[in-house]
This record gives sequence, structure tokens and C-alpha cells, in this order.
Amino acid sequence: MTSDRRPLILMTPALLWLFGLMVVPCVLILALAFFRRGIYGGIEYTLTFENIALVFDPLYFHIFMKSAGIAGLSAAIACVLGYAAAYAIAAMPRRHQPMLLFFAVLPFWSNYLVRTYAWIVLLNREGLIVNLARWIGYQGELPSMLYTESAVVVGLVYNYLPFVILSCYAPLSRLNPDIAEASRDLGASGWTTFRRVTLPMSLPGIATGFVFVFVLSIGNFVTPALLGGGQFQMIGNLVYAQFLTANDWPFGAALSMVLILVMLGLLMLQAVVAERASGGKGQDG
Amino acid sequence: MVERNTFRLMLLILGVVFAFLYIPISVLVGLSFNEGGLPTAWTGFSVKWYGALLENDDILQAAGNTLVVAVFSTVLSTILGSLLAVGVEIRRRNGKWLETIIFAPMIIPDIVLAIALLSFFSLLGVAMGLHTIIVSHVVFNLAFVCAVVRARLKSFDWSIVEASADLGASTFTTLRRVVLPVLMPAIMAGSLLGFTLSVDEFIIAFFTAGAGRSSITLPMQIFAMIRFGVTPEINALATVVMAVSVVALALSQRLNRGGLPGQ
Repeated sequence: MTSDRRPLILMTPALLWLFGLMVVPCVLILALAFFRRGIYGGIEYTLTFENIALVFDPLYFHIFMKSAGIAGLSAAIACVLGYAAAYAIAAMPRRHQPMLLFFAVLPFWSNYLVRTYAWIVLLNREGLIVNLARWIGYQGELPSMLYTESAVVVGLVYNYLPFVILSCYAPLSRLNPDIAEASRDLGASGWTTFRRVTLPMSLPGIATGFVFVFVLSIGNFVTPALLGGGQFQMIGNLVYAQFLTANDWPFGAALSMVLILVMLGLLMLQAVVAERASGGKGQDG
Repeated sequence: MVERNTFRLMLLILGVVFAFLYIPISVLVGLSFNEGGLPTAWTGFSVKWYGALLENDDILQAAGNTLVVAVFSTVLSTILGSLLAVGVEIRRRNGKWLETIIFAPMIIPDIVLAIALLSFFSLLGVAMGLHTIIVSHVVFNLAFVCAVVRARLKSFDWSIVEASADLGASTFTTLRRVVLPVLMPAIMAGSLLGFTLSVDEFIIAFFTAGAGRSSITLPMQIFAMIRFGVTPEINALATVVMAVSVVALALSQRLNRGGLPGQ
């Protein structure tokens, strides 16, 4: 009887911490979205849906869609590269795989700002790529590479690629080689086996990777600020501005709320994909 | 023949991806040792830019702040996270809501948690500074410590706990003398991971540091410097920060041979 209560005592301090400093503040953000902005930037406690409506105002909705586009493109590129890398690692001799995986993920654990800065070093007007082009003998004017949308996409792909490799490797490493062999014995070509057997079975890993990159990219404000150079805004920058410069917290909260809903929706979708994959194993054929 | 070609293609893919992952950071590290400091020409090996870091008061102050934040948040989150992990694993049957709350800090986007905490602290009228960064960092750090310790507990033989109780040890004695020694490597690994995450964390620190320079952390300092462009000093600073993360992670791996967290 008492033994049932003991684990709760161990858990209480941490759970209180998470409740007080994560759950309550997040609920607060949701509540803020329904209040009015005061004249001098404070918060007026009258209920309103104006902030939510403003998110869907063409001006801001455009930024939302653009962020989604950039996040989607980054996630798609990261998934193609990451899946190819994970597939290649899984095709290597088993004893080398942990080492390869470790080095694929290692950059992920270094500082995000540093990794983003590395691309400024490569892409800036006096950067390595421009110098390399000159050295090869290219004399003409080079298009500016830094402070563009492509630079932001490259930065996002670079930063999150290790995670996609990790998430794609998990199902690939569990793949039973006998299944692929059976498919080949039954006359399927290598490509057909890949397309009809290997790829569907690794779908949960790809979905996890895609959702992860998308979710982290759409709300990102560091990469657009550094590699986009303030040339264009993403939703993260807009949220940032509402809280730190424009001082319109209710609108910032409304933007965040929509952002959270999009993220939650995607995470649920990913859970469904994972469930389908584990539940439907026997039926696909 | 086909097999061999496929294998070559795989090697090529690995080569391309690893080049993509490692060339940018390698260039950065290489340039930090370039005497001239410019990416245009290699003028000789030098550590003078590292020397320059030691004479920059802003950077030293930020480094000091980062250390304070990382140490305090790591100690707190190690205690809270480990206790949580043991409690959760003893209990076994945990509701979905509980698992979600424990898992959430790892997947909530930084910016959401950052603005939530900023609004929370300002509405409560809490003066912000290093202390608010510390308590905020504990939120995600404890989740990571908990995950690492739980992974270890999955293979824990609970019968030794029963044996200890049968032999008359109190719950506290059992925890201290039986459970803790077995968990120690995982706890150390988790706290090192938390330390790394805290040293590197930028967004939450940025939002919860309050105004003024006094509570600026190293990532905030780097962010401010980067916005003014590429300098050899940032190259050196970036290399140092990267080295700290890699060493801490390698140590964490060595202590806890259970693979990377998240796997």
C-alpha cells in the first residue's frame, strides 16, 4: 500500500517543476492569445478573437505559408539526403555501422549557432566558395549566395540532417534481410524490392525525420536571421518581433498558438503513420 | 557485379554526405588557426586568435555566465531527473499524460518554451537574470537526464532491490546503496549531456535573460558577434565551443555505452 506512494514521492519534485515552468507558461500563452493589446504595449484583459483573426490576415498569412514552404522544402531535401545516407550506412558491414552512425550524428551535438555561422564563412562575399571560384579562374560577377532563401534552406538542412539519418537508420537496421531476399527469390528486381518492400517498411523513420525537420524549421528564427540576413521574415522572426520589439504580446501569443497547433497536428500525423506501419505489416504484400 | 556497383554507390553517398556534414565546420576550425585571419589566404599557423579571446572581457564575462548557468542547471536537473526516472520505472504503469509531460520538454520547439517562460516571468513580475535562465534550462535538461537514466533502468534487475528489502534495508538505504551505484554511470552521462545542452542553448537563454549585458551567455555573445560579420575571433570562439561540446559528449558516451539518447 505504502509502496505505491513511494515512487510518487520521487517523481513529485520534477513533475512540479515541469508543471510550474512548462505546463503553466504554455497554457498562459494560449490564454494571452485571446486578450487585447493595451495602448502602451501592455495587456488589456478583455476577451477578443482579433489576434487569431489577424494571423489569417493576408499579410501575415503569407509569411506563414512562406515559412511552411521553406520548412517543407528543407524537410524534403533533408529526408532524401538523410535516407540515402542511412541506407548506405545500413549497407556497410555491421561492425562499422555504430561508428559511422556516431560520426553522422556528432555535428548535431555541436552548437547550433556555430554550425550556422560555418555557412556564413563559406557563403559570404569574401567567403571560401567565392575564393574557390576565383581560384579556378572564374572572373565574372558571382550571384550573392548569403542572405538568400536558398542559404536559409541549406542552413536548415545542414543543421537537422543528422537527426533524419538517425530516424531513418532505425527501421533500416531492423529490416530483416531475409525479406528482401525472399522478394528477390520471387523474381522482383533490386529496384522493385526497394520500392515495394524496403521503402514502405522504412516509412515511419522518414515520417519522423520529415516532421522533426519541418517542426523545427517553421518556428526557427536563428537561421533566417543569420543566413537570411533579415531579407525576409519567417514566422519565428515574426513571433520574436512581437515579444521583443513590437511589444504586441497577444498577437505574438496568437501566432505561437497557431504554430503549436500546426506542430501538434503533424506530430499526430506522424504517430498515425508509425502505428499503421507497425499494425499493417502482415497485410501489405 | 551488380552487388559491387551498389556497394560503390553506397560509398559514394556516404562520401558526399560526410563531406557536406564536415567540410563547413572543418573550414571554420582551419581558419581559426590562420595567422592572417582572412579566408582569402593562408598566412601561417597561429594561435593568436585564441589569445585574443582571453583578452576580450565581453567574451570572458559571457563564458563565466555560461559556466554558472550550466553548472547550476545541471546539478538541479540531475537530481530532479534521476529521481523522476527511478520513480517512473518503479511505478511502471504510467498514464499517457504522464509520459507526454515527461517527453514534452524534448520536443517542444525552443521558441515556444522561450516565449512562454518570458511571458510567465514578466507577468509574475520576476526580475530576469541568470537565475531565470537556470530554472528554465532545468525544464529541458531534467527530461534528457531522465531519458538517459530510464534507458539504463530498463535493463535493471529489480530482484536485487527486493533482496535488499528482504535483508532489512530501508527504502532510502536501498536507493543509496543498491540502486544509485548501478545507475551512477547513466546519471553521470545524463548530467554531462545536460551540461552540453545548457552550454549550447541559445533561444531560451536569450528570452529569459532580461535586459542588459550582465546576464549574457556565450551563445548570446556569439549571436551578437555573428550579426556583425565574420571575424577570426569568432572562428576561434566557435572552435572552442565546439570542442567543449564534443569532449563532453564523448565522455558521456564512454560512461554510458547504451547509445545516443533518442535512439
